[in-house]
Amino acid sequence: MNRSAIDLWVGIFVAIGFGAIIFLALKVGNLVTLDSTPGYHLDASFDNIGGLKLRAPVKAAGVVVGRVEKVRLDTKTYDAVVTLRIDRQYEFTKDTIASINTSGLLGEVYIGLDAGGDSVMLKDGDRIGKTQSAVVIEKLISQFLFDKASGGAAGEAAPVKTVEKPAGETKK
Amino acid sequence: MSAELTAGVAQWLRRIGGAVTGAASKLGFVSRFLLAVLWHTPGAFRRMHLTLREIYFAGVLSLVIILMSGLFVGMVLSLQGYETLKRYGADEQLGILVALSLVRELGPVMSGLLFASRAGSAITAEIGLMKTTEQLAAMEMMAVDPLARVVAPRFWGGVISMPLLAALFSAFGIFGGYVVGVRLIGIDAGAFWGQMKAGVDVWPDVTNGIIKSFVFGIAVSLIAVFEGYDAKPTAEGVSSATTRTVVMSSLMILALDFVMTVFMFRGASVI
Amino acid sequence: MSLPAKPSSSRAAEAIATCRVDPAAAAVELTDVSFAYDVRPILSGITMTIPRGKIVAIMGASGSGKTTMLRLIGGQLRPKSGGVCVGGLSVPDLEPEALYALRRKFGMLFQFGALFTDMSVFENIAFPMREHTELPEELIRDLVLMKLHAVGLRGAAHLMPAELSGGMARRVALARAIALDPMLVMYDEPFAGLDPISLGVIGQLIRRLNDALSITSVVVTHDVYESLKIVDYLYFVSEGRIVASGTPEQVHASDDPFVRQFIDGASDGPVPFHYPAPAYREELFADVG
Repeated sequence: MNRSAIDLWVGIFVAIGFGAIIFLALKVGNLVTLDSTPGYHLDASFDNIGGLKLRAPVKAAGVVVGRVEKVRLDTKTYDAVVTLRIDRQYEFTKDTIASINTSGLLGEVYIGLDAGGDSVMLKDGDRIGKTQSAVVIEKLISQFLFDKASGGAAGEAAPVKTVEKPAGETKK
Repeated sequence: MSAELTAGVAQWLRRIGGAVTGAASKLGFVSRFLLAVLWHTPGAFRRMHLTLREIYFAGVLSLVIILMSGLFVGMVLSLQGYETLKRYGADEQLGILVALSLVRELGPVMSGLLFASRAGSAITAEIGLMKTTEQLAAMEMMAVDPLARVVAPRFWGGVISMPLLAALFSAFGIFGGYVVGVRLIGIDAGAFWGQMKAGVDVWPDVTNGIIKSFVFGIAVSLIAVFEGYDAKPTAEGVSSATTRTVVMSSLMILALDFVMTVFMFRGASVI
Repeated sequence: MSLPAKPSSSRAAEAIATCRVDPAAAAVELTDVSFAYDVRPILSGITMTIPRGKIVAIMGASGSGKTTMLRLIGGQLRPKSGGVCVGGLSVPDLEPEALYALRRKFGMLFQFGALFTDMSVFENIAFPMREHTELPEELIRDLVLMKLHAVGLRGAAHLMPAELSGGMARRVALARAIALDPMLVMYDEPFAGLDPISLGVIGQLIRRLNDALSITSVVVTHDVYESLKIVDYLYFVSEGRIVASGTPEQVHASDDPFVRQFIDGASDGPVPFHYPAPAYREELFADVG
């Protein structure tokens, strides 16, 4: 095998190898993470965050607008305080509701933001006023049994946001 | 009777002790060997054509098996995954399933195993044969260090080839998954690629996969050159060294994979 | 395993002092050298002198430690005790770089040639030139062809080692051994396995090159006939010790039983025919009664 042929094949090999890496990075993965774009922080406190994890998405109308950056327990109120990092291009009203939802059957937990009609916008460091905690199945069942036991089929179930279908996230 | 028993137990303990110290001293020797190979790296890169030649023999000649295996693994993943996902109404997640399985695990691990058995054994056999026919000794007597001229280029040839092969394995696997999932089964192409893109993060998934394949490359290449260099200079010696390369490389890949996966992928949860 | 270990510098200093560095000194001097792999002694109390410009043969039965001596001279092994002086330097105490510098003045012909199988004949001989000199390719080409011409294989320059016969491979290896005009050439069993014509060719080449290039040659062999024709001095080794030595004339006329057994090829003598075993009669009738 002479030298120039080897050089040629090695060059081709390295080129397609790097091409595969770039393909994986760009077409397969999402390279543009919102961590690199400028953003601002908002706080929200919940009774129960359920299965919410760090870096979970923050969505408004199904569009990812930020990530969960920090989660801690407030030792005075024993509520969970979640710090959200929102993309700077999106602003939300002061009466926005933050709720913890589950996406589809496979259960990716995310925070959904429902903007209201207020004229004042939330700024960096503000706290979201209205929040809705995660649905814990055990509490739901015990609530249901309690309602049934107290003889009211019309008893109001805990406020639950409808589970979004995964197909709804990708519009063809 | 008990005298025999204690003698037997004592001998057994001695054998275990011997095996442990033997393994420890071999580990020490391999570490010194690795340092010696790294020390001679500049020599290997000064003779760039040697290293390029080894990249050719290790990487380019493994392309066929890697690409074909990647393609088939991706296609099977797609088939099997679809059946299971359909039961939960999640068949549109097929893209994520195929991509994550390949990029995180199957790409680096399977290409590592294939590389070990194809290129690793060839490297061991080649170096072992050179040792048996006294070519290494001849080189030494001509004041040329075989570590620099024979061993280091093969080591780096393997280390450079592995991540590229793993990426190609994953890429072809995803393509195979696409062919089966979208073309054959009929899943929506947009859902396939869109879900995948949303679910596969470059930082934890793709780069960790590349880091894994890089580590596997170092492990396999080191074992391959070491076993060849250390082989007994007979036909049986070379053959058992070749076998040891494949076996030890495979075990190391699987063990390292477990350790790295624990570090890399458990950090997604809070606290 | 040849991962180099560094000798202590104090030992290096005193050892260099024990080797004589004068022009009349012998090229190679072994002084009371002993060597053993683990517990099995290979060599004990070896003292030999190899004068400059001469061909010296080391003869002995297989497994008597002859090749080990070459390895000691070349610095691939360290003696358990004793001194190995080559060109005024104490080989076992040299730092790796100094050892490699010394080896550049050696040439070694291995038993079956040890040619690099992935290179052509030309490239095998050019190898030491390319590694150790900055000579331009045209000059290297001329030098390679000259060396090949000296061994009579200039026309085979483009062949691969696999295409060579045993004798041709040995000659190419010889050309490679003298590629950089060494001061010392070591031959490990150069006559083993060759046909009569090749035997004669190799023997004559060894003699002619030694005289033409003013080199010192050490030939390890058990071929009595060929060696007696070309060497200046012989050492006989048996079981790790030197049992006899002399010029070819002295050896011919010797009545030392070992030398006689070797020269005459007698099957029994100081080197016994039978491998040590229990008494014959006892072993045959061992399980009877």
